[in-house]
Amino acid sequence: MTALLDVCGLRKTYQAADRTVEAVRDLTFGIGDGELACIVGPSGAGKTTLLKCVAGLLAPSGGEVVLEGRPVHGPPENMAVVFQEYGRSLFPWMTVEQNIELPLKQKKVAKRRRGELVAEALESVGLADAGGAYPWQLSGGMQQRVAIARAVAYEPSVLLMDEPFAAVDAQTRAELEDLTRELWQRLGMTVLFVTHDIEEAVYLGQRVLVLSAAPTVIMEDAVIDLPAEREQLATRSDPRFAELRAHIYSLVQQAKTYHDGAEPRS
Amino acid sequence: MRTAPHVRTALHGAGRLAYLLALPAILLVLWWVLTAQSTSFYFPPLRTILSAFGKTWFSDRLMDDVLPSVLRLAAGYVGAVVLGVAIGVLIGSNRRIRLLAEPVLEFLRAVPPPVLIPVLMLFTGIGDTMKITVIVAGSLWPVLLNTAEGVRAIDDVLADTARSYGLTGAARLRRLVLPSASPQIVTGMRQALSISIILMVISEMFASSSGLGYTIVQFQRGFAVPEMWSGILLLGLLGFLLSLLFGRFEARVLRWHRGWRQAQKGES
Repeated sequence: MTALLDVCGLRKTYQAADRTVEAVRDLTFGIGDGELACIVGPSGAGKTTLLKCVAGLLAPSGGEVVLEGRPVHGPPENMAVVFQEYGRSLFPWMTVEQNIELPLKQKKVAKRRRGELVAEALESVGLADAGGAYPWQLSGGMQQRVAIARAVAYEPSVLLMDEPFAAVDAQTRAELEDLTRELWQRLGMTVLFVTHDIEEAVYLGQRVLVLSAAPTVIMEDAVIDLPAEREQLATRSDPRFAELRAHIYSLVQQAKTYHDGAEPRS
Repeated sequence: MRTAPHVRTALHGAGRLAYLLALPAILLVLWWVLTAQSTSFYFPPLRTILSAFGKTWFSDRLMDDVLPSVLRLAAGYVGAVVLGVAIGVLIGSNRRIRLLAEPVLEFLRAVPPPVLIPVLMLFTGIGDTMKITVIVAGSLWPVLLNTAEGVRAIDDVLADTARSYGLTGAARLRRLVLPSASPQIVTGMRQALSISIILMVISEMFASSSGLGYTIVQFQRGFAVPEMWSGILLLGLLGFLLSLLFGRFEARVLRWHRGWRQAQKGES
């Protein structure tokens, strides 16, 4: 499989007043076209730093991110990001429809086509009737659906999701996980899904990349060989699911102390 | 006038208007009754003031004095808002400029604007330019400082979202920066409105040949006391009317903000 998204030797250090903090040390991985890959790691593993570098929102200190053969220097046009903080990523002064339409206007999509895309996107996340509402009139889960609809309407080749369901309740989370799988299968986009939740990563992904604690490196690139059709109850009670979960879990436990012994922690 | 939400919904149309006008009406009646027998030269009966009001203002003065005042006020206010928002956006979006400009801004803001009148008279004479400049120079600050604060406080997740969807330059300004800072901008505009009115009057009192401030001072110097009081009444009414209009504008522009804030309160 040729990589659609290539991360080569990515490094990010932050300059504080009196010291340098090494957040991401050396990350190299590729995500194939149409793949759904999850990234897990202990908290403080630089997951968000990594994602922001991939999204072109943060300039790496070294290495590069290549999307469809082109190095990323700013937010690429064929990429959309869904953030964890749904309440802060939707424009509160715009209705749901206007929120979804705005990036399309920016992309100079014709008015008629914009209308179609907005309607389709709302339909696909199950919010066909909510277009005229303001985001803050909706529940948290619905707001995150709007953010997903906005990303989907943008027709990106890569969808980045930064712990998108960390702030919703368990029931809603399960629904949104299935929605993510469904949209991914139907639309054939490439999805890079960052989470701290091991079960979520195993349930969703075809691959799970396990990150170490900062300074971050990749500890393992695990293939999730579960059947393509996944279902909350059946999949989660599959013995193979339990094995994979246990495996990733032990890796994440190791990840927390990955740099200990090798050198003093910064 | 602030009322609790359930009271607000209960008061529609006429009922709400009555609520709004009840206290002014009571005060006017009190004024009328208490001064009815007045023989004081300085506090004439309200009856006398009101009859002077009609004669004084529904005449050539409407075009010769009231209109120029209102036009100066409008020009100065719009100038202050445009300039304040423009500079405020610049200062709010750039940390370096902010650090550089902050001490100077604090100083300029602390200078009482009427003190500029004698200085400005030297450069710009005593015409409309001087008066408009005084209004701009005085009411600029609340708009500027509030805008800068609003722009600085743009949510970084929202800013990242806008960037990731390619919102830059003019689109970013129009779709992200200005709406996001609009609650603060409107607050600054409200403060600027009352400062504008004050400065309009003061600038006309200094050196002028027309305008409300000028006319009121003329009446005072000529001991035309009822006319003077009627001028003050007119100024009060003008301020009240502008404040009402502003309230409607604010409700329209910030409708989303009220709902959004209520939703946030409900969540936390």
